[in-house]
Amino acid sequence: MTAKRTWWKTLIGLIVTAVMLFPVYWMVNVSFTRPENMRKQPPGLFPLDGTLDGYRAVLDQQLPYLATSLVVGLGTVALTLVIAAPAGYALAKLQPKGGAALSFLLLIAQMIPAIIMAMGYYAALLNLGMLNTLPGLIVADTTIAVPFGVLIYTAFMSGIPNELLQAAIADGAGRLRTFVSVVLPISRNATVTVALFTFLWAWSDFIFASTLDSGGALRPITLGIYHYIGNNNQEWNAVMATAVVASIPATALLIIAQRFVAAGVTAGAVKD
Amino acid sequence: MNVQSRVKSQWAAWGFLAPIAVYLVAFYAYPLYRNVDLSLREYTVRSFVMGDAPFIGAENYRAVLADPTFVPALTHTLAFTALSLLFQFTVGLALALFFNQHFRLSHTLRALFLVPWLLPLIVSASTWSWMLNSESGIVNTALGIVGVGQVNWLTSPEWSLVSVTIANIWIGIPFNLVVLYSGLQTIPDHIHEAAALDGAGGWQHFWHVTLPLLRPVSAITLLLGLVYTLKVFDIIWIMTRGGPVDSSTTLAIWSYRLGFGNPLPQFGPGAAVGNLLIIMALFFGLIYIRVQRRQQA
Repeated sequence: MTAKRTWWKTLIGLIVTAVMLFPVYWMVNVSFTRPENMRKQPPGLFPLDGTLDGYRAVLDQQLPYLATSLVVGLGTVALTLVIAAPAGYALAKLQPKGGAALSFLLLIAQMIPAIIMAMGYYAALLNLGMLNTLPGLIVADTTIAVPFGVLIYTAFMSGIPNELLQAAIADGAGRLRTFVSVVLPISRNATVTVALFTFLWAWSDFIFASTLDSGGALRPITLGIYHYIGNNNQEWNAVMATAVVASIPATALLIIAQRFVAAGVTAGAVKD
Repeated sequence: MNVQSRVKSQWAAWGFLAPIAVYLVAFYAYPLYRNVDLSLREYTVRSFVMGDAPFIGAENYRAVLADPTFVPALTHTLAFTALSLLFQFTVGLALALFFNQHFRLSHTLRALFLVPWLLPLIVSASTWSWMLNSESGIVNTALGIVGVGQVNWLTSPEWSLVSVTIANIWIGIPFNLVVLYSGLQTIPDHIHEAAALDGAGGWQHFWHVTLPLLRPVSAITLLLGLVYTLKVFDIIWIMTRGGPVDSSTTLAIWSYRLGFGNPLPQFGPGAAVGNLLIIMALFFGLIYIRVQRRQQA
């Protein structure tokens, strides 16, 4: 097809994408709007007479929340990888008895609504005295990601040639050694996909944060935004500036790791 | 392999599976058990801490089913899910067909469509809240230009469920687009060429060639969408908290409000509502697994 015949499709594509992304643009626009212009009619379509006050408020008030989210995200990723990678290897390559049943349980686990997990976790963590602690929140957040992680690892590791693993064992490597020095390095792409999605979900989590960590000293950014909305309904530029900052990981993910994103979605991605 | 090495390899396999097995028991099964336990006891804040709540059997379930909120919450859940799926799927499919035509920038634009899906839900929900604000929202401004009067999107009982559904459709379109697009990619070119040679026009081609070939992927997309939409919580809670007066309360919202949204939590009934939701999700989840198995066989 020549460029001449398709330019109008590109045009339609641009318009459709612009409509779809308008709310994202609007968030950015409002984050720069002065409070006195916030309720102006009609609202300014561009932040011509903009202000950085919203972002200053983020720097003043939201940094601890952002740091907490970073720690929670990284902790969730670490725990998820440690559990999911060996499980994927066993299911893909070691033909365990009962492996099919385990895969089935993982599929079921994916479908349990987070609100139900949250209530069970609340009861359990309360008894353990671990409400409002980061380890409690991290463990709860992994429940969003572990079944997905096992799924991705199993699918990826099934594609590793058996000859390669047999060669390692012939060289005298045990199964653990084979896993660590052959399987894991080859599965780097799977690890990246799982890590990226897990981080994003933990970073975005609101339901576990609001039920298990709402009273703690260290609260994640989703609660930072939530309390902003509740407390000062007038400062929408600060709310939207926080929202913009909270969207940075998702945006970075899309730019840096686009091919992993599409792979993750089509692998039967899960999201609450 | 002899018997000894087969036994040995089973030990090795389960050695690698040990973390996930322990994890599933401790971090999935146990919280779920606690949830069932909660729903069968009469909890107060005091007995919650002391752990001596009396066992009352199915009493919470009976109370929940007889509650005046139950029927509206169920109806809202079904309406929210059905409308979300209908629009997410049709718009997603239309976009997938469009982007499948490979024009300049099609790849980049398709990637940009993922943005709404990747944003934290609280970000999307608060942005929509402000856009749908009655006095200062851009949506009402735009409607005003075409002569429509002020719509109280989030504060009137007639519109609140529609509003949260619109936001949820927006969030779900990318997922449908990506999965259906990947389904379109698996249809071999020669099938399209053969149909074109037979003189099938655009619509005919879509109805008689593309759509039937896309049926397996469509079934998977819709069933997964169903399971995920049933449990949507964040968007509704942040935008309306289920209000005004229960008008956008779904089962997930109701469960949360009973357990966490009141000064006096009602954990027992909250857990009971949650368990009803699990049963619904698992019902459709098992259908999904069946469909998927049959396709792989």
